Amino acid sequence: MSVVFDEKIHQTLDDSKLQLAIYTATGRLMEKRREAVAAGILPDYQELRTQANDLKKHTIENLDYYLEQFEANVTAHGGKVVYCKDATEVADFVLSLARERGAGLIVKSKSMTTEEVDLNERLEHHHLESVETDLGEYILQLAHERPYHIVAPALHKTRYQVADLFTEKLGVPNETVIEKQTMIARGVLRQKFLAADIGISGANFLVADSGAVVLVENEGNARLTTSAPKIHVAVAGLEKMIPRAQDLAVFLKLLGRSATGQELTVYTSFLSGPRRGEEIDGPDEFYVVLLDNGRTRLLADRDKRQSLYCIRCGACLNHCPVYRKIGGHSFPWVYSGPIGAIITPQFLGVTHEPGLPFASSLCGACAEVCPVKIDIPQVLLDLRSEVKKTEAREGHGKLERLAFRIWAWIMRHPGIYEMLGAMAASVAPPAENAGWLRDVPAAFNLPPVRAWLSQRDLPPPPARSFRQMWRRR
Amino acid sequence: MSRENILHKVRTALGRSAGQAPAPPPAARLRLPEMDADARVNSLMAKVAALAGKTRRVDSPQAARDYVAALLDGRRTVASNAPFLAECGITALAGVRSGISAREDLRQACASADLGVTCADYALADTGTLVMLSSREEARLISLLPPVHVAVVPQARILTGLDELFTLLPRPAEQTSSMVLITGPSRTADIEQILVRGVHGPGEIHVVVVG
Repeated sequence: MSVVFDEKIHQTLDDSKLQLAIYTATGRLMEKRREAVAAGILPDYQELRTQANDLKKHTIENLDYYLEQFEANVTAHGGKVVYCKDATEVADFVLSLARERGAGLIVKSKSMTTEEVDLNERLEHHHLESVETDLGEYILQLAHERPYHIVAPALHKTRYQVADLFTEKLGVPNETVIEKQTMIARGVLRQKFLAADIGISGANFLVADSGAVVLVENEGNARLTTSAPKIHVAVAGLEKMIPRAQDLAVFLKLLGRSATGQELTVYTSFLSGPRRGEEIDGPDEFYVVLLDNGRTRLLADRDKRQSLYCIRCGACLNHCPVYRKIGGHSFPWVYSGPIGAIITPQFLGVTHEPGLPFASSLCGACAEVCPVKIDIPQVLLDLRSEVKKTEAREGHGKLERLAFRIWAWIMRHPGIYEMLGAMAASVAPPAENAGWLRDVPAAFNLPPVRAWLSQRDLPPPPARSFRQMWRRR
Repeated sequence: MSRENILHKVRTALGRSAGQAPAPPPAARLRLPEMDADARVNSLMAKVAALAGKTRRVDSPQAARDYVAALLDGRRTVASNAPFLAECGITALAGVRSGISAREDLRQACASADLGVTCADYALADTGTLVMLSSREEARLISLLPPVHVAVVPQARILTGLDELFTLLPRPAEQTSSMVLITGPSRTADIEQILVRGVHGPGEIHVVVVG
């Protein structure tokens, strides 16, 4: 585990207010999900999960076919598909589009994919104003922070912090009433929507048979982003594909319920191309940026490619005992929680944060609630093994491997095992002295031993060993 | 520039060749429950009310007009070009602007209006959802910019749910560039998980079922 990862975890653990905020927010989301998928409310929940998994598996395994079908349909409706291999290509595309159209102001709706490529920073670097319009994302943009949670990005911020932030950045009087804070943001952002030249959205789904981008939201900012400006650019990972519009009847029933316990979110937009013929409003230009950024490498792995089934509902974060203690900002990349723990090493390489796949108790809660049935614990185990193999290749962990080789030798030699056991028992302190291993002489109390002992201990040895009892039976 | 490269990488990763057709996808899963007209109306209204929307069932287009007229109370209103709204007499009410076909005009009218009146293309009984298809009759912004949205729903357009919608419209993109499902008033809970309505879209929604 890297020092930074360790430090961030301890910072979060030591902040009691933050601990309460994370626990309350994730606990509420867990409760709402549980009610929404209960057998009395949604009797075919498990069948829907199975169908969603089957559909995602089929699409991912034939992804090139669906990408081309999607592209042909977008083009037929007057839109354009742009393939980008990485963050630089996405930024270059948006920059050149903005330059050609003389655009200066961009409004953005929530998109984890654009967070992944740091699009705002790249655009601002070239003097374009790019404004986040989801309330939580807007607060984080003002605070220069990353999302804390996939669906509740600002769950770590209190109303008092928001009040100070608005006063500092917007020059408004200090306002701590949440309704009024929301209306301040509405007023500021409404002007941005009406003045913006380009709207950039993400995509919850890409529909191959329709060439459509589907956006799921509660605030209405994604609708405004995609309807008010004359140009709409949707940025999506390749893996967001589903075969047919009809499959939304499955995915939409799962997404809202798993994320926030809603049967459907307030707005679901199904957008296919620029405005047509006699339609009164909507954008004149429609682009879909399909981002690779490491996804094709991940596709090659038969066992782990299921990580690409994710529909970003956030349920695994809410149900994860580790996320609920260490929070979203401890994770090394924009994706946090169990899903972050499996996709970060696959996108950035296992050595980026070798401790990440180990930051799990493997309790399996994430797999149980995943609406598309990703076997997250299994992928974590595969990644742990990869980390260890990589470390061995790079010559790390020599001491650890030596220790295990000695241990294996001892285990294969019963006489020596018994002798060492008897020696250990003879030097042990009396039985009533619990925590005897913690009191080992300072010479043996090395940092790795100390770290191990800080969380656990061995019980005192029994008066007679099992072997002695066996012989005297 | 990266198109060929990325498609090539995808095919290599999957062991597929260009133009290779996939096995058929899993059959679409659409279930159509039996539900009579009254049950649909009642379910729709109960769901909308549970989401803090206001509902009214009226028996005639004139009664729908009266409901809207009482709501207007001199406020600036934009109504869509749906023929049914004209049939109800809503577009003829004082203070109501309708018949706008130019984008800029519509945008300005919506940005300064207090109410937007639309005629939903469909509604979904099991979730309390309005389905709006963009066309020359229905613009995107009328149900979005004004702080109050009034949707008139002829009773025959109420479907049981998503499954019936996608059975009826297997490919919505063939009809419109934009299909939007609206389930309750605009809302957020981004600050301390406290629910606030009307953050970007309308905070108040009225569903008037006719028939």
